[in-house]
Amino acid sequence: MGNALLEIKGLKKAYGEHLVLDGLDLAVDRGEVVVIGPSGCGKSTLLRCVNALEDIQGGEVRLNGELVRRDGKNISQMRQKIGMVFQSYDLFPHKTILENILLAPLKVQKRPRPEAEGEALELLARVGLADRRDDYPRQLSGGQKQRVAIVRALIMHPEILLLDEITAALDPEMVHEVLQVVLGLARSGSTMLIVTHEMAFARAIADRVVFLEDGHIVEESREPKAFFDRPATERARQFLRTFEY
Amino acid sequence: MDVEVMRSYLPLYRDALLLTLRIGWQGVLLALFIGVVCAVILHLRLPVLRQITAAYIEFFRNTPLLVQLFFLYFALPKLGVRVGAALCGVLGLGLLGGAYMAETIRGGLESIASIQSESAQSLGMTRMQAFRYVILPQAVSRSVPGLVANVIFLLKETSVFSTISLMDLMFTAKDLIGMYAKTLECLTLLVVFYLIMLLPVSVLGSLVERRLRHAEFGP
Amino acid sequence: MRSLGLDVLWKGKNFVRLLGGLWVAVRISLISVAISIALGVVIGVLATGRSRVFKAVFRVYLEIVRVMPQMVLLFVVYFGTTRVFGWDLSAEFSAILVFSFWGAAEMGDLVRGALISIPRIQYESAEALGLSGGQVYRYVILPQTVRRLIPLSINLITRMIKTTNLVMMIGMVEVLKVAQQIIEANRQSSPNAAFGLFAVVLLLYFAICWPISRLAGYLEKRWA
Repeated sequence: MGNALLEIKGLKKAYGEHLVLDGLDLAVDRGEVVVIGPSGCGKSTLLRCVNALEDIQGGEVRLNGELVRRDGKNISQMRQKIGMVFQSYDLFPHKTILENILLAPLKVQKRPRPEAEGEALELLARVGLADRRDDYPRQLSGGQKQRVAIVRALIMHPEILLLDEITAALDPEMVHEVLQVVLGLARSGSTMLIVTHEMAFARAIADRVVFLEDGHIVEESREPKAFFDRPATERARQFLRTFEY
Repeated sequence: MDVEVMRSYLPLYRDALLLTLRIGWQGVLLALFIGVVCAVILHLRLPVLRQITAAYIEFFRNTPLLVQLFFLYFALPKLGVRVGAALCGVLGLGLLGGAYMAETIRGGLESIASIQSESAQSLGMTRMQAFRYVILPQAVSRSVPGLVANVIFLLKETSVFSTISLMDLMFTAKDLIGMYAKTLECLTLLVVFYLIMLLPVSVLGSLVERRLRHAEFGP
Repeated sequence: MRSLGLDVLWKGKNFVRLLGGLWVAVRISLISVAISIALGVVIGVLATGRSRVFKAVFRVYLEIVRVMPQMVLLFVVYFGTTRVFGWDLSAEFSAILVFSFWGAAEMGDLVRGALISIPRIQYESAEALGLSGGQVYRYVILPQTVRRLIPLSINLITRMIKTTNLVMMIGMVEVLKVAQQIIEANRQSSPNAAFGLFAVVLLLYFAICWPISRLAGYLEKRWA
């Protein structure tokens, strides 16, 4: 555990009276793909806390041993190391695809434009969207937008990627193209923390599955296939049954 | 209608139009400046400044420009603050307009979902960078229709300047009617000159609005 | 406070006169708003109709009202009609005419906007339930439209109140004129009366308009 890339310890998050995360512990090793789910609340909140988009009421998040804090001085550097993709893609509607991808490398990392642009086009080609560089987000389908959002996060060279229900807003036939991209990333050794409802996908990609309930982890399995076939806890069994008809 | 008389009045009206435009645009620019500053203060919820800004906006939005002008022009000198008529006009228009512009721009800012700022911040941008590169450009283009309406409203309001003896269009018309009693000619010119001043702004405004609505990055 | 001229306010019936002047402006506003709402609803409904001619006329009407200062309209109606048609309109009648002309256009546009903002599917799903054309309006469309319109109509009242003091320019004695008269009458004894009186007039306007705006804002939020 000592050399984990991401370490979450005793994380507490409440919205007013309502406790969402109650002293949650989780560590993610380099190159590991952890899938959170498939049920329970607080999953998205957890990802938002890892990226310090939320105020937390207790505990800590560390990346490479360094604290990630909302009011920390180095929060911009830390966030560059933590890539995040949201359910609703949230591309910037007033910028073209290429500008969307280049905004942070140019303004935050101050990289030279030719170099950043070269990489952007390479990444776009990898997700099959090289020809859409000058389009605006609204001209793209949901699945295409989500692939651009992944590229926008990747170009910052994050050490870990947080994927928050990235296929939940997509039509079924577009889910595949996005998940294909994520599978490719997993194979090339990216570290990812993923929240998803796609069972088959979770099964295929996860090195480890984590099951949340009432603000902490109730079941954890390094054998995702075993978890899906024979969950250990009654709660997980109950949940998985809801997918059988 | 006596066309000859009207022709002889033209230079006077032209000068009045120029004066109205000069003061009007200075006032509009001041209003835009005040509006942006106030909107940013409100949006970023800066302590203390926010309350002051809110009070300013409420006050100026809920009192008539004519009374504001009278106060600036006739009442302030009693406190030893003497402001010339032209400056009074610019200030009055700027202060009134600032309150309206602030509300319009703030509405634009608020219409941008907070997740836009969050996704910018998740890329490592600071709050200010997210505001500058992501929120503000979108908010401005969404505010344009409202801002144009405000500009027209403010230029229209310049008609009350005549009450503090600025020789604007209204003043000129009133003056000429008083002197030569050519009411019909004077009023016709008055209407025509206001149309000359404001129709282009209005037409331009709806063009810009349509362009923005159909802009590639809409809706 | 003597030096700021507030003493003048309490001399004789000055304050009551000031309030009387305010009432003149408010009265004209209320009458004009009432007329504007009645006409505006008719105009707005017609503007969503099929008649292209009416739509074109409405656009021109709206554009005139949008770009022409109310003061110019006041002058045209009050002085112009006397000159051209020989009508001798009273100042108050001219004012109500002009402000209603302006308000009806604004209101018409608001009504039109509220009506077209109701999605087609609302009409269709009401019809699909078997409601008749009249019932669709009565039970589905109107309640939604009215909720959108009430805050906007209330706002029109404050806009009207902030505008009607222009009637001083056609010789009516409203609150600003009264203030000027009082200042003039006390020029010797209280040379600084302008400060106190105009400050009080500002506050009086604020005291009337602010609660109304707040009410409109509250309703808008509640019914949003």
